[in-house]
Amino acid sequence: MDKHFAARRRRDLVIAAVLAALAALAPLFIKDVYVQNILILTLMYAALSQSWNILSGYCGQISLGHALYFGIGAYTTELLFTKFGVLPWFGMLAGGVIAAVIAMGLGYPFFRLRGHYFVIATIVIAEIGLLLFQNWEWAGAAMGITIPVRGDSWLKFQFMRSKLPYFYFALVLCSVAWFVTWWLEDSKWGFWWRAVKDNPEAAESLGVVVFNSKMGAAAVSAFLVAIGGAFYAQFLAYIDPESVMGFQFSLLMALPAVLGGIGTLWGPVLGAAILIPMTELTRSYIGGSGRGVDLIVYGALIVAISLALPRGLVSLFSRSKAKGATR
Amino acid sequence: MGLLYGLIAVGLALIFGLMDVTNFAHGEFLMIAMYVSFFLFTFFAIDPLLSAPLVAAAMFVFGAVVYLLVVRFAMRAKANAGMVQIFTTFGLAILMRGLAQFFFTPDYRSIPQSWLGGKTISFAGIFLPEPQLIGALVSILAFAGLYFFIHRTDFGRALEATREDPGAVALVGIDKNRVFAFGWGLGAALVGLAGAIMAVFFYIYPDVGASFALIAYVTVALGGFGSVFGAFAGGIIVGLVEATTALVLPPSLKSVGIYAVYLLVVFIRPRGLFGSM
Repeated sequence: MDKHFAARRRRDLVIAAVLAALAALAPLFIKDVYVQNILILTLMYAALSQSWNILSGYCGQISLGHALYFGIGAYTTELLFTKFGVLPWFGMLAGGVIAAVIAMGLGYPFFRLRGHYFVIATIVIAEIGLLLFQNWEWAGAAMGITIPVRGDSWLKFQFMRSKLPYFYFALVLCSVAWFVTWWLEDSKWGFWWRAVKDNPEAAESLGVVVFNSKMGAAAVSAFLVAIGGAFYAQFLAYIDPESVMGFQFSLLMALPAVLGGIGTLWGPVLGAAILIPMTELTRSYIGGSGRGVDLIVYGALIVAISLALPRGLVSLFSRSKAKGATR
Repeated sequence: MGLLYGLIAVGLALIFGLMDVTNFAHGEFLMIAMYVSFFLFTFFAIDPLLSAPLVAAAMFVFGAVVYLLVVRFAMRAKANAGMVQIFTTFGLAILMRGLAQFFFTPDYRSIPQSWLGGKTISFAGIFLPEPQLIGALVSILAFAGLYFFIHRTDFGRALEATREDPGAVALVGIDKNRVFAFGWGLGAALVGLAGAIMAVFFYIYPDVGASFALIAYVTVALGGFGSVFGAFAGGIIVGLVEATTALVLPPSLKSVGIYAVYLLVVFIRPRGLFGSM
C-alpha cells in the first residue's frame, strides 16, 4: 500500500463528506417539489448503482437481473406491512436479508457460468420472479399493492405532506452505499474482487477463494439494492410487479455506473447525477408529445457516451488516470 | 412456433453467437422489419410473402450500416468492451424505438388481408395455420442456408477466423470491417425474413421487438454460442417447452418454462447444448 493510495482514500472521504453536507443543505434552497422529486430519484439511483457496482463493477460479475432484489425489498416490506402490520423499518431489513440469502442461493449454480451465459441467466431469473409475482394472487398479482395511508410518521416511514424525509433517507442510503464501497475497496474483499475480475485462474492459484468472493459481493450488493426497493415502495405508496421488478430497473441500476465509470468509487454517483435529471427532464419537457422524442434523445446520448468514454465519465478527471496507475 | 423463434434467433446466432458481439437491439431489428413489411403492403399492396426478400434486402443494408456507423466503434473500445457493446446496442434499441414512435406513432397496426392470413391447412386431421407453417419452412431453409454458408464457403471461414484472431486475418488480407459488416447485414436480413412473416399474424407496434428479444437470446444461449445448429435446436426446444408449459400452467406463465429449461441446461452444461465457447 503506497502513500498515494492512502492519500487518495483520505481525500475521497473528505470530498464525500463535503458533498453529503452540501446535499443535506440543498432543501433549504430548493423548495420546488418537482425538483425535490428529481433529487430523491437521483440519490436513490446513485445508491442502487453503487450497490450494483460492487458485484458487477468490482467483482466483474455483470448482473442484469438486480431488479429481482429491488422487487424483493419492495414486496417484503409492503407484504409485511399490509398483511401483518410489521413496521416498514423491520420489513426493510427483512427484505434486505431475504434478498441477500436469495442472492447467495442463486450464486451456487450461477457463479459457475461465464460471460453471456451468466448475464442471460441473471436476466432470466429476474424475469421469472416478475412473472411469478404477476400471478401470485395473495401478493396482489398484477394489480399490485396500495400502501394504506396512516398519516405522516417516521415510525411508519410515511409522509404525504412533504417529500423531505424521503430526501434525507435517500441521502443516507446513498452515503451508506458509497461508504460501504469505500470501505470495501481497501479491505481484503476489495482486493480479492479485483483479482477475481481480472484473472480468476491466477487469483485462485494465489489462494483467493474465488467462489466465496463472488458470494460475498452478491450478498452485499443484493442487500443494499433491496433496501433501495423498500424505500422506493414507501416513496411511491403503491407497487406492482412491473413497476418494481421490471427489466428496466436492472438496466437503470447499471447505467449510471457504466456511464460514470464501472468499477470505480465515484462512477455511479457521477453517472446518476447526470443521467437521472437528464432522463426526468427529457421525459417531462419533450416526452409530453407521446411521439418518443425523449427516447430518441436518451438513446442517442447513451450510445454517444458509451462510445466516446468507454471508461466512463470519471476518466474525464485527469487525476483518475493517476489513480488507475497506482492500483 | 418453435421454428419461428428459431428464425428470429438465427440472425442473432450469427451476430451474437458467431461474431461474439452483444446485440441488445435485435428485437428492434425485428420491429423495423415488420414495419417495412407493413408499409410495403399498405402503400404498394405487396403481399408480405412476396415482399419478404425485399424486406430481407433492405434489412441487409440496414444491418451493415448500423455496424459501420456504430457497432464498429463499440468493438474498438479499449476498456470494458463487453459493457460498451451492451450499452451501445441498448442505446440503439431505445433510439430505434423512439424513432419508430416518432415516425410510425405508437398505434398498433396489422396487415388485415394477406394471402396467408387466417388460413389453415388440414394435415392428417390436424389443422395448422398457414402463416406459421410457411414460417417454419422458411426457418428450416434459412438455417440450412446459414449452416452451409458458415461451414462451406470462404466467407464463413473468414468470419470465424476474424472472430478468433482479427490481427492474423489482417495479415492474410482480410478486412475485418468488411467481413463483420457483411455478417451484420446477413444477420439483419435473416431477422428481416422473420419480421416479414410475423407481420402477417402479429400486431406491429414500436415495442413489439422487446417481447421476442429475450426469448431469442435464451434460444441462442440454450443452443450454445458459436453453433448454428445449436440455435436451430434451441428454437425447437423453446417452442416445445412453451407449448408444454402452456398445458400445465396458466398462459401468463408460459415463458417461465422456457427460462427454467435454460437455467437447467446451463447449470448442467455451462456452454449450452452445442456451444463451442
